[in-house]
Amino acid sequence: MCTTCGCGSGETRIEGEQQEEQRRAGRSGAATPRAGGTAGVAGMDTHVHADGTMHSHPHEHVHDDDGRGHGHPEHRHHHAPGQEHEHEHVHADGTRHAHRHDHLQGLDHDHGHDEAPHRHEHVHADGTRHAHAPDHDPGHGAAHAHAPGLTPAQMVRIERDILGANNEIAARNRRRFEDAGILALNLVSSPGAGKTTLLVATIRALGSELPLAVIEGDQQTSFDADRIRATGARAIQVNTGKGCHLDAAQIERALAPLAPVDESLLFIENVGNLVCPSAFDLGEAHKVVVLSVTEGEDKPLKYPDMFAASTLLLLNKVDLLPHVDFDVKRAIEYARRVRPGIEVLQVSATTGTGMAAWLDWIRAGAAAARERRLQTVAALRRRVAELEAQVARGR
Amino acid sequence: MHEMSLAEGVLGVVQESVRGHEPCTVRTVRLEIGALAAVECDALRFAFDVIKHGSVAEGAALDIVHVPGSAWCMQCSRNVTIAVRGDACPECGSWQLQVTGGGEMRVRELELA
Repeated sequence: MCTTCGCGSGETRIEGEQQEEQRRAGRSGAATPRAGGTAGVAGMDTHVHADGTMHSHPHEHVHDDDGRGHGHPEHRHHHAPGQEHEHEHVHADGTRHAHRHDHLQGLDHDHGHDEAPHRHEHVHADGTRHAHAPDHDPGHGAAHAHAPGLTPAQMVRIERDILGANNEIAARNRRRFEDAGILALNLVSSPGAGKTTLLVATIRALGSELPLAVIEGDQQTSFDADRIRATGARAIQVNTGKGCHLDAAQIERALAPLAPVDESLLFIENVGNLVCPSAFDLGEAHKVVVLSVTEGEDKPLKYPDMFAASTLLLLNKVDLLPHVDFDVKRAIEYARRVRPGIEVLQVSATTGTGMAAWLDWIRAGAAAARERRLQTVAALRRRVAELEAQVARGR
Repeated sequence: MHEMSLAEGVLGVVQESVRGHEPCTVRTVRLEIGALAAVECDALRFAFDVIKHGSVAEGAALDIVHVPGSAWCMQCSRNVTIAVRGDACPECGSWQLQVTGGGEMRVRELELA
């Protein structure tokens, strides 16, 4: 990822991680778009190449008027003497060869990516030195494969999930929750559907009954965590920065300071977004999607992935139904088109309507999580007893 | 949507996979993207172009193989093809569909040179 423009991940802030704060505070050259259509950000950028070498060079990003264009228009590489470098050359007769060579004293040179075929002098292992204009791709990589004898192209089947890294961490989180008998719920919705108000009401109702903790996800501010903490519950705010969703690694990091107790409830309030959080497993037992009646009843069809990923649909703000044009029946029908069998509860977090059913749903889930843990512990005890008996027989 | 995160995921998989093949250049990264995976392929290409600079995949082209959405219709007991979640069964019109494929987001293979 480009650390200069900050696109993508890498902007996460988790409360209690001072080290992270210091790292951010020490970062210089923040990207500040200039007024007008084009924003240019010049700064030093350090690239780590695949082979582990690192080099720094100035470069500029140009953001076009439409916000789409974003590239490295000019980008010069300096090959210093003594740096080893691999190159693939296509000779005039069409043969292609690859080899590794050093930029020896006197052969250091600069070139930009745009200067596609550039002259290149190098020294072969036998000491011969020759120069030629290689016909190589302007968008060449840092490591030009050129070991002698390497086939020109090699297909490597990998068959790996793009989100595999996230899913591995999510599986680790899930295992941790299951081992501890924790019921983890991932609350998702568009912004303003009432997740935080619903959580506050839920915590007030269940707080004396069950130990609970909250992970709050927002791009910026700790407003939501502050609202949760005002109820007396423990909460950690995760600021995703540029990120539009929480990912499993952020949850794993937040779990360290939060340290939820065994047989407790963990609510994860995701970033308000009906799109992206659907793709990211956090290790939760269930995604619970909150849809408020002030939104359109067609949202389940407009944003089907989120409804397809959720076990429970909470139709929130039902106290406002007399004042809005919202067809409850149709909303439920649409949700069941994308996920046949999705459970639906109608609630109002502000008036308390329907909250009892939601609380019972949570209680049942928490009891099931505890039960699974007891079964696991009982199974482990039996296994330990069997092994001890085996050892005793062996004596 | 989250294409930048996905592009980072792709690059991560590529970087891990080329270990042991080095020195090498990645010419093509072939992905399998399902119709129901909620991935905007143009945005993914754009994001990948931005983040590949300075990496082993700097010169790599992204080749996206599209996988159609498929589902099992509980009413007519048939495998059917759907374009988006929430589509009705093209055979009998039922909404009782269990999605069986099309959620793929996978790096299938790399072409190395």
